[in-house]
Amino acid sequence: MKIDIILAGVGGQGILSIATIVGYAAVKRGMYMKQAEVHGMSQRGGDVQSHFRLSDQEIASDLIPMGKADMIISVEPMESLRYLPWLNPETGWLITNDQPFVNIPNYPDFDKLSAELGKLKNKVVINADKIAKDLGSARSANMVILGAASPYLGIPFEEIENAVRENFARKGEDVVNVNIACLRAGKEFAEKL
Amino acid sequence: MSKTLFLGDEALAQAALDAGLSGVYAYPGTPSTEITEFIQNSKQGRAGEVHSIWAGNEKTAMESAIGMSYAGKRAMVCMKHVGLNVAADPFMNSSITGANGGLVVVVADDPSMHSSQDEQDSRYYAKFALIPSFEPSNQQEAYDITYAAFDFSEKYHTPVLIRLTTRLSHSRAGVERKAERPQNPLHIEDNPKQYILLPANARVHYRTLLGKQEAFENESLNSPFNKYIDGENKKMGIIASGIAYNYLMENFEGGKCPYPVLKISQYPLPSKLIAKMVDECETVLVAEEGYPFIEEQVRGILNRTGNIIGRLSGALPRDGELNPNLVAKALGLPDSYGAPVPELVVPRPPALCVGCPHIDSYNAINAAMEKYGKGKVFADIGCYTLGALPPYNAIYTTVDMGASITMAKGAVDAGLRPALAVIGDSTFTHSGMTSLLDCIYEKTPVTVMILDNSTTGMTGGQDSHALGVLGEICKGLGVEEEHIHRITPLKAHHEENVAIIQKELEYEGVSVIIPTRECIQTLSRRMKKQQAAKK
Repeated sequence: MKIDIILAGVGGQGILSIATIVGYAAVKRGMYMKQAEVHGMSQRGGDVQSHFRLSDQEIASDLIPMGKADMIISVEPMESLRYLPWLNPETGWLITNDQPFVNIPNYPDFDKLSAELGKLKNKVVINADKIAKDLGSARSANMVILGAASPYLGIPFEEIENAVRENFARKGEDVVNVNIACLRAGKEFAEKL
Repeated sequence: MSKTLFLGDEALAQAALDAGLSGVYAYPGTPSTEITEFIQNSKQGRAGEVHSIWAGNEKTAMESAIGMSYAGKRAMVCMKHVGLNVAADPFMNSSITGANGGLVVVVADDPSMHSSQDEQDSRYYAKFALIPSFEPSNQQEAYDITYAAFDFSEKYHTPVLIRLTTRLSHSRAGVERKAERPQNPLHIEDNPKQYILLPANARVHYRTLLGKQEAFENESLNSPFNKYIDGENKKMGIIASGIAYNYLMENFEGGKCPYPVLKISQYPLPSKLIAKMVDECETVLVAEEGYPFIEEQVRGILNRTGNIIGRLSGALPRDGELNPNLVAKALGLPDSYGAPVPELVVPRPPALCVGCPHIDSYNAINAAMEKYGKGKVFADIGCYTLGALPPYNAIYTTVDMGASITMAKGAVDAGLRPALAVIGDSTFTHSGMTSLLDCIYEKTPVTVMILDNSTTGMTGGQDSHALGVLGEICKGLGVEEEHIHRITPLKAHHEENVAIIQKELEYEGVSVIIPTRECIQTLSRRMKKQQAAKK
């Protein structure tokens, strides 16, 4: 089993914690993992991406070849589209938040953006910000997105839940619970589609 | 033994600790910063058993590491590629003195210039200094090589260089550790001439170094990090170094390449293995991250046979990072590609953070400079380099650490008036103080703005050496007290700040203006910590 994921977003949106959680679950299963991150200057409000690879075989490259990614998981809609050249055009899934993060003057028209997302074959487009906010933690939108991606990850949901628990344990029971709730809400949304 | 997830940088740092490191010396610089931070946060680092406090710049770091090695202990010095330019003087001469305690120089190159101003290849520096270098291909090798590098250094009494590249530095994978071993005891060699590089001594040491070259190459020939993997199809052979080896193997299911492959992770190049490949194969493809360092040596400048291909021949791009797709194309394999990026997707360049003090500084600078026209603001390396982008478009130069002040000086010497230099607090202590001294010595009419955000911001908020004492440093160097101003970069002080800048621009001598307000990132982190402590 092998799964290649492009994680996308804007610097500071928390895409790396998605990787940390899935990585923890995967390594616990004895899988191999490679994850290339972006550090440094581009983190300052610029576009950031992470190549995240899981496999039961040893992984050669830290970077995913173009056209071969199984999934794009994005916390920002325009950023999700930036990495289409990496997504497998036949079998790849795109999972993204539909709430734009506007920090540039020429951000595209929202309607055109959702029309563009609408053209894709395999997708989950979700208002993660609202779901997270309704559950009481606006900062946990990334966990909603992870939940929405969870049916496609090939890792049992309980194991992802456990990884979320581990990741937030030192922040206390309340934080753990709200993040688990966000994760579950994302999963339910994706399964209803 | 179980594996731990490590960034390439962290794997290297852990190996140094396990190999009995006594001190790491470094100035932060992407993509090398995490090495030193890992050691600072380690058990040994926090307990002060291993030195890990940031150095003022890469040169002082290198010199301290040489000193620790002189005293018999294992030392490591870490920097980004352009940092080695700063450290080049002690680095080059450390190959002449040789090492006592293991001395490992780690340089993280940044091909494609993700966070840098060039993509220079540090393997040339190792060759220049006539010392061995290592180029790990993955996180496990970053660990194993670093552990072995200290032994190599002590065996041959030579510094060695480890070259990382961005993708390995910042990519995570599982790593298996070796047993921890103790630090070396303090020990001074009874060889008083070793570190006194008077010409008469240096000539002798240089010949000793030259005499080691054959042994270095033999080590490369027998190194566990260099491998000749035979293949049936001799139409092509592939030399792949460092991380390029992974991109090559990505293209073959289960790592079964039909062509012979020579994997290189240790230099000087093992010429016997290279000759074997060139003799055996019709064409030899060289895949390497960075400059065509191997390719150039293998084909020579005449390229008589024309069968060595790579970045120089055009089989691979001459610049930028490699990736699995580029290597596939060079191998003649079908390329893969997803859907094109939709036209509506626009670039999202990095920007100054909301609430960043530099924003107010640049607003004041732009207002003050308006009447003087374009081209008169000289800047430096740091977050404030983003002042080059809209909406500020405030600066005209960024060349190297400290260049703002001395370039402004040169332009003034040429007749330009007025000239404003913009430099960060940490960049100023790194390389700006001697530049300022040049201006003071000649009473050059420059206005220097030292943007004091009390941290090394761009690399994630490391301590700044001049915290709270910038004014005193400038005064001590000789700037007249009435021409040193601390200002507060806030909207409420805008008019007042503009007036101060304009007044000093008219002064026929050196002035220093220090806009002082903490980096918004370190401030918010500090506040969070304080709140957590209250709970």
